Amino acid sequence: MSASEILRELDSLKDAKAKIEHKISALEAQLREIHLRNDAAPLNGSSSYSTNGLTQDMIHRYSRHLMLPAFGVQGQANLLKSSILVVGAGGLGAPALLYFAASGVGRLGIIDHDVVELNNMHRQVIHTEAYVGKPKVKSAAAACRSVNSTIQVVEHEEALRTSNALEILSKYDIIVDATDNAPTRYLISDCCVVLGKPLVSGAALGLEGQLTVYNYNGGPCYRCLFPMPPPRTACQSCAEGGVLGVVPGIIGCLQALEAIKIAASVGEPLSGRMLLLDALSGRIRIVKIRGRSMHCEACGENATFTQQKFREFDYEKFTETPLRVPPLKLNLLPNESRISSKEYGEIILTKEPHVLVDVRPAHHFKIVSLPKSLNIPLSTLEARLPEISSALKKEEEDSGLVSGSSAQLYVVCRRGNDSQRAIQCLHKMGFTSAKDIIGGLESWAHNVDPNFPTY
Amino acid sequence: MQLTLEFGGGLELLCDSKKIHNVNIEQQNGENKLTMKDLLSWVRTNLIKERPEMFMKGDTVRPGVLVLVNDCDWELSGQLETSLEEKDVVVFISTLHGG
Repeated sequence: MSASEILRELDSLKDAKAKIEHKISALEAQLREIHLRNDAAPLNGSSSYSTNGLTQDMIHRYSRHLMLPAFGVQGQANLLKSSILVVGAGGLGAPALLYFAASGVGRLGIIDHDVVELNNMHRQVIHTEAYVGKPKVKSAAAACRSVNSTIQVVEHEEALRTSNALEILSKYDIIVDATDNAPTRYLISDCCVVLGKPLVSGAALGLEGQLTVYNYNGGPCYRCLFPMPPPRTACQSCAEGGVLGVVPGIIGCLQALEAIKIAASVGEPLSGRMLLLDALSGRIRIVKIRGRSMHCEACGENATFTQQKFREFDYEKFTETPLRVPPLKLNLLPNESRISSKEYGEIILTKEPHVLVDVRPAHHFKIVSLPKSLNIPLSTLEARLPEISSALKKEEEDSGLVSGSSAQLYVVCRRGNDSQRAIQCLHKMGFTSAKDIIGGLESWAHNVDPNFPTY
Repeated sequence: MQLTLEFGGGLELLCDSKKIHNVNIEQQNGENKLTMKDLLSWVRTNLIKERPEMFMKGDTVRPGVLVLVNDCDWELSGQLETSLEEKDVVVFISTLHGG
């Protein structure tokens, strides 16, 4: 069998396996139902036991909740009757969803438009390798069902927009914001205000996390705290800035805790307060934040934010950020100042005398780099120009170039944006023939050497 | 006046990647009074090493930065007019969006 035949066979077997597993869990659930019905009508005809509406199976499954004086039968019964929507089945949503399913949230909604990628799996612990390339909603829903087949799991395989948000969010009691970008965060908060839903909001990046509950019991909404959106450059994503997997895991678990408290009507939800996690120094601080703002455009005294206005609001324009963040693609240079990754491949093959400067940060350069490249991060470029001059001179000597001709200077980065900024700087500083590699190392991996690791 | 200043959510990158700064600020005119407005301009001059526009906009912090004085949102203490006292802890934190 060829590799592609094996892959096809594997795919079809995995499909069949998933179908069989689904059938097994459906039959098991059916069997439990039958047992429950039999339990409810004992053969000897005696009256049913007083269990506050919980079935025998529920009492067994949730027994450790029921024994908690502060939670008890009432807390569990409230939870079983509640519905929670998790927006985003990523690093925050993954643990939150697992705990919601396990704890018996009656109806659990999942909305996401992405597919599972290998570089998600270090933090998005709900997904398994078998689901790489498949929709996150499908993967997360299957995991939730395998944890608890007695709850209802609803799949929304789509992106959240102003056109569908009101309809989807209105079907749930509590909304959990587990998304990864500014426009969606404003969109969800405004929609929760319009619909009067509590919002459990979490965020994580790098080694830090933040958590609070918005629009709960007269507390502030997202806009009360952040009436103006931050500049685009202040909003890094996990894909750009990196994130330690366990950090969103912790925040996601805390989101589950807050939502479960609200759903069960126990304890004090984290409204009017914000939890700040600094994982590196091992510090958690809980700070007091402002209350509802009278002047808030969404929830203030004279606010006119209606369903109609929500539907028409342009969140991408407001935050100057696209909802679906495509990788930034700058085009700052004329064509003659650029070469393709394939052309650079030719240059290596023909041993053309040249120097390759890699302008990524040093910790990126350590992950992987092209042979003989010189790492000068963009932020230090101006100060380190003499190093480039001497590298060019050495290359000219080593390759025995006749005086008068010179070695060429090329610049590369991860995706081909910073390399253009570097070329602009180099041109200004006298390296007028310097060129960048279009699309950077990602293009190299894509078009020249598929074995080159990408990150 | 001795203060502890903390930067988080990425703002520490603007001041040598150092999160906690124990500082001693000399009051002008020998006055024993320091407001958040004074502190912001002191921070901008003395601690912010790059891209000041990522920290301030006009005479206040840029949108998306939370300011906490002794673990309390500065909105509750008078924002720029908040007066600071010896040993106060002031936190500047950029809101996160990732997940």
